[in-house]
Parts: sequence; C-alpha cells; structure tokens
Amino acid sequence: MSLLRIENLRIALNGDPQAEVVKGLDLAIEPGQTMCLVGESGSGKSLTALATMGLLPNVLQVTDGSIRIKDEELLRASRSRMRSLRATAMSMIFQEPMTALNPVARVGQQIEEVLEFHSDFSAAQRKSRAMDMMEAVHLPDVEKMYRSFPHQLSGGQRQRIMIAMALVMRPQLLIADEPTTALDVTTQAQILKLIQELREEQGTAVLFITHDMGVVSEIADDVTVLKLGEVMETQPVESLLRHPKTDYSRDLLASVPSQVPRPARDPSSDQIVLETRDLCKTYGGGGLLKRGREVKAAQDVSISLIKGRTLGIVGESGSGKSTVARCIMRLIDPSSGEIVVGGTDIATLSQRALKPERRKIQIVFQDPMRSLNPRIEIGQSIIEGPLNFGGSREAAMKRARELLELVGLPASAVNRFPHQFSGGQRQRIAIARALAMDPDVLVADEAVSALDVSVQAQVLDLLSELQERLGLGILFITHDLGVAAQICDDVLVMQHGRVVEYGPAGEVLGNPKQDYTKALIKAAPGRHWDFANFRPFAEAAE
Amino acid sequence: MTDHTVSAASQAGARVSPLSRVREIVFSSPLVTLAAIILAVIVLSAIFAPLIVPHDPVRLSPGERLKPPSSEYWLGTDAFGRDLFSRIVYGGRISLVVGVMAAVAAVGLGLILGLLAGYIRWLDAVLMRMVDGLMAIPSILLAIAIVALWGASIWTVLIAITIPEVPRVVRLVRSLVLSAREEPYVEAAIAAGSSTWLIMRRHLMPNTIAPLIIQGTYICASAILVEAILSFLGAGISPETPSWGNIMAEGRIYFQINPGIVLWPGLVVSVAILSINLLGDAVRDALDPRMAKRGIER
Repeated sequence: MSLLRIENLRIALNGDPQAEVVKGLDLAIEPGQTMCLVGESGSGKSLTALATMGLLPNVLQVTDGSIRIKDEELLRASRSRMRSLRATAMSMIFQEPMTALNPVARVGQQIEEVLEFHSDFSAAQRKSRAMDMMEAVHLPDVEKMYRSFPHQLSGGQRQRIMIAMALVMRPQLLIADEPTTALDVTTQAQILKLIQELREEQGTAVLFITHDMGVVSEIADDVTVLKLGEVMETQPVESLLRHPKTDYSRDLLASVPSQVPRPARDPSSDQIVLETRDLCKTYGGGGLLKRGREVKAAQDVSISLIKGRTLGIVGESGSGKSTVARCIMRLIDPSSGEIVVGGTDIATLSQRALKPERRKIQIVFQDPMRSLNPRIEIGQSIIEGPLNFGGSREAAMKRARELLELVGLPASAVNRFPHQFSGGQRQRIAIARALAMDPDVLVADEAVSALDVSVQAQVLDLLSELQERLGLGILFITHDLGVAAQICDDVLVMQHGRVVEYGPAGEVLGNPKQDYTKALIKAAPGRHWDFANFRPFAEAAE
Repeated sequence: MTDHTVSAASQAGARVSPLSRVREIVFSSPLVTLAAIILAVIVLSAIFAPLIVPHDPVRLSPGERLKPPSSEYWLGTDAFGRDLFSRIVYGGRISLVVGVMAAVAAVGLGLILGLLAGYIRWLDAVLMRMVDGLMAIPSILLAIAIVALWGASIWTVLIAITIPEVPRVVRLVRSLVLSAREEPYVEAAIAAGSSTWLIMRRHLMPNTIAPLIIQGTYICASAILVEAILSFLGAGISPETPSWGNIMAEGRIYFQINPGIVLWPGLVVSVAILSINLLGDAVRDALDPRMAKRGIER
C-alpha cells in the first residue's frame, strides 16, 4: 500500500478551469522511499506539495482529484484534523532557511513548540526529545545550540533545525521543497546525506522537490518529471537518467551542464583586456569616530583576461567573488591594488575620469527580475548608456533593435516593459544593454544562476556565440562548477576572500591541486553522471 | 502559473492616456467615487464661494448673535452674528489652500533633500543631522515661533506648517532611496556612466512616488488641522478671515449655546480629510506596480 497517493490532482487559479496550474497529477510514494519531483519553474511542483500539506494560498483551489495518506483523504479532512496530521503524519521543510524560522525565538524552543502542540509530553520530556533530535541532525554543541537564536546559526545549521522540527514527531512523510537550493554545495552535500540517513533510520518517505538533476541523481529512488502542471513521466531514477521516455525529460537532462571541463580552446589573441594586480577590498575597520571589525572581503586578487576568452571566478557564498566583480566595475571602491582595463588603471580614478573608461567594461547581474527598471520600456533601458556618451536617440534606438535581434528577441520588443518578458528573456535584454556600449569586457555576475536549466543552457550558448562574434573577454562569476566547466577557459577558485587556485579550466577542475578545490568538486551533486549522454562517466571511460 | 501572470500583466502594461487613468482610479471602488465627489463639491464651493453664499462672511450683525439654524441662516450664526454657512464655505478657501500647498511644498522639498541624502554619501551625514535637529523641536512650537517671528499671514502660516513636516518626508525618501540604490538596475546605470542627476530622476525618484502620495495626503490632512490649531492658539491667520480652524476656535466658548459652530466645520474637516486619504490610497494602488501585480494574482 502506498503511503501517499495523489490521483488526478487538479489545481486552478480561483477555481477557474481555464486557468489550471496543475492538470491531473498522479503520484504514489511507498513507505521509506524517496520520490523526486522535478520540473522547471511554473511546473506546479511546489503547489502539489502545498496541496498535500493543505497550505495552498486562497487564490488557488483544488478542483478535482484526491490526495490520500495511508488511505485517509486529505482534501476532505477538517481544518483541525489537517492541523494534527501536519507534523505527525507529514511535515515539510522549505527552501529558505533564513526566513522559515522565527527570528525572535530560541531554536530549541521552536522545536519544542511542535511537541507542545502535538504531544502531551512534560516539559522535561520535550526538552530531552528536542535535544535528541538536534543530536540526530548532527548539530555541534547541542546544549549551546538549544539556546541560540536563528541569526547566530549558519544557513546549513538553520536548515538542520528545520529538519529537526519536521521530524521530531516522526512523521511518515517528509516533504522537502528545494531544501538545499539556497545553500552552498558543500553544505548541500551534508544536508542531502542527512536526509538520506534519517530516512533510513526512521523509515520516513521523502517527497523531494528540486530543479537540480544532480541532486536527483544523488538521492532519488523514483523520479516524476513535471512540465506546466502535467506529469511527463515517472520512472526509477537510474532508468530515467539512462532512458528518458519523453523529449522533455531528454532535453532537461541534456541541458544539465557537465562537470567535466570542455576541451581547451587555443588563444586567438594575446591582447590583455582586463588585468588586476593585488586587488584588495577591506570592509569596516577603525575610523576616526567608530571602531569596527575589519572584514577582508578580497585579498591580493590578481587576474588577467585575454580578448575572446572566458575567466571563471568560482566560490561559495562569502568567498569574495562578487566583491571582486563589483570592484572591477567600480561599483565599490577597492582598498588597494590595480585594475587595468585596456591599458588604463581605473582603480583610483575619480568618477569623472572614470566615465570614458566605463564603456569598455559592462556587467550582467544575477536577478533578471531586478536588473531592469520595471517602470521604463526596455528600449529606453538599452539606449541609456549610449546616450550618456553622446550620439542621437534615433541612431541609438536603431542599434537597440539590432541588438535585440542579436540576442534572439524581436526588434519590436523595444517598446515593451520588463514585466512582459520571462526571466530568460530579461537576461537577454540585460546582455543587449551591456553590449550597447560596445564593451571589450563583459562581467557576468551569477548571470545564469536564477534561470531554469534549459534557459540557462540557451543563455550560455548565446554568451559563447557573442563572444566568438565580438571577441568579448568574459569574466564569469559563478558558484556552479558545472557551468564554469562548460564555458570557462581559465578558472580561479576563491575562499574567504583569498585566491585558492588559478589556472586553465582543465587543470583546476580536472586535476585540482588544493584541498578546498577538491572538496568543492567532490561536493557537487551528480558529478559521476554524464547527463547529456545518459550514462555515468565511469562507463564513458571504458 | 508564471505564464498566466505574464500574459495578464502584459495587457496591464499597455500605455493608457492620463485621462483614462484618472477615470480608472476614480471608479476603482464606490467608496473612492464617493470621496472624489465629496472632495469635488468642497473644492468647487470654495472656488465659487461668492456665488454660493447667502451672506457676507465677515459682516457683523450684533443683533443676530448665536441664532439657531433657520431658513435665513442655514446653519445659524456665530457670536458676532455672522452667517456660519457662509463662513464655512469661505473657510474652505484658506484651509484647502493651506492643506494642499503645505503638502506639495513639504513633499517637494523633502523629495529633493531625501534623494540627495540617500544617494550622495557625504551629504547624507550633514543633511540628516540637520533633519534630526529640526525633528527635536516640537512642531507646533516651531510653527508658533515662525509665525511670531514674521507676523501672521497666510504665507507665514504656510511656511510654519510646511517646515516641521519636511524632516519626516526627507527620512521617508532617504530610506526608500537607500534600498532602491542597491537594485541591480541602478548599478547597471552607474556602470553605463549615467550622471547622478539622471540616476536620481529616472531610477530612484519613481520608487518614492507611491509612498510619497500617501505621505502627501497625510500632510494635507494634518496641515488643515495644524492651521486650525494655530488659529485656535491665536497664532494663525487674523480672526476675521474665516478658516475651518478659526471658526471652530471661536465657537469653542459658545459650545453649550450653539454647538453647531464647532460641529459643522469639524464635520467638514473630517469628511474632507477622509476623502483626501481615500483618494490618496486609490492613487497609490494604481501607481504601485507591486500592488497591481498582487491584484492580478488575486
């Protein structure tokens, strides 16, 4: 008997059958199994989870179907019954460990609160149960942790607290909605291991929602692929990765960037377009009137980027990779060191003297929702830069149309507003805006991290194509080793503001010398699997 | 779900003429329509006061003191025998002008200073200390001091009401700018070599408009009240010129004999302020894209 069985689930906006967002979904999970629900944004995977928990927002209504847990129909359960089922029969952990905990309550008490609602343990029993659970999720120094507030813990520790809260009543089903997406790869690997371990110990079934095929290959027993609210296929993980039945799954897998570096390209030029020497950025520190702790966000970073090549800066959050990018763009002022763009050191130039140099180096940001001013037409956004440097509005607009076509959008789109485009399209517009300045260097700060894999692959292709055509030097900042392996000629690994390793991509990613780089590569999920060729790497070598 | 949002939003994004925009706002809910009608009546009657009023609002007729409402004096008369209805209609001229102009002046001045403080770092410390200093003085006290210094006239009263409001606007705008300047599109504009002026006008200022409209309607409402308070304390516009505050201040002593002298202008003030606030909310909802987006998802 299945633990959770969802049949023909339909969810619609305002109950309107025209606006269905989940269209007849079937799903079954056996006790002790891990089912991965995979899909891109808008596939309805999170809604399915929320419907199971009875937590759908009011605007979305289940119009048809059934959700049964151990033969109990959840869609007809009363509010109080649902409340008691949550935590005891099923529980959920969320993506964002920063906001899922109450910031003004001690984490130990937050775990106990679950027991207070759902059990009649005495205070002492509750405390010992909470402490045991914190041990079980491998938190260090449990006595001290128990009394900590969320802000005193790291992201990974907070996610462990969330897991402890979810599992303290020993539910049969754990729903995990992208639980590791906001975490660094090394932390992600630990959390995935923890979920696996608890599943084996407690016999909990796991419904794991993710967009990351690497994660799927690590933890799934079965996989259900969703697209726009419809199930594409359900298969055991191994057979899905080897023999996807639908084109959609095949495309999804083929878009996953491989962890193995692409073959090295011959340098077509030796013209250095961007160079930094001993770049440092220190935040805080003592001033005339204030005392503060110094934070060395970047220390002695020296890079050089050749025309037509891509240099990747790889690191986890807090490694200083974005600080370096922002220093190079002079969005923040470096503390010391040189930044040479096209032969001029721009590190200490005044804003006025800097202006002519701005043309040579442009940036594309991570968040496609925020990188374009929502109130102005995209054509106006694109021509803003060129107009700052003189030239007529007509000529700039003509160029904007050409650029839009260059990045694969219709020229007529100039009169539209950003909200009329999808995330991937907006990222293309942001690239067009950067290119409008005819830069020599393009800085891409996590430029594909917020995109779905298929869109990510398209934007990466676009970048390489533009690079070839225009001879751009690209400085590519990313946390994703797969992406770095696919497009970078050289890679620089950063940790705590320092350069750990710097060299050709093939060497750094293929044959790392430093322990940190090795750990980073080892932690990357799905590194054994060659998704694009539907087989493990081990087999390719045979 | 994203797809639905995008297609619905793309229709909303089409360009609309300002007139149809106004119509859209006014008819967004029956309450807003009512508020607009009430406000229009008050404003029009203030503008065309000489055509409407049955009596001269400043003519004294001691024989007719404190009369109850009658067909001759619709709302009765005050302590000097002046027609209350006429005085209230004329009073709207002063009160509305003071309210609207104080709001416009405070918002305008506060917007400029707030943008400068929020975006230019070295100016921030200087400007904000001055603002803190101003905020430390009770606003009524400051207003009285200004009026005492320059003598009472509509302009000094206006300045006296505006200045204490400016610091609050500056703080509001500055906080909005501080968060908006972190937006990637602002950084992209910096990277594109845009001037400080262009960045402020194009990328930062629009983010402040919606909250400023709300703040503006509150200032408008509070300015009408402060003008009344100043009149009440004898530091306002000279007593024979009617303003809503003036009328109430004078009527206070005769409350037991003819409560209407306080209640009627009080009612008009409340209704006017309520209407202004309702309209402000409606305009904010129409301007703020975040609100609009939520509307679609609902």
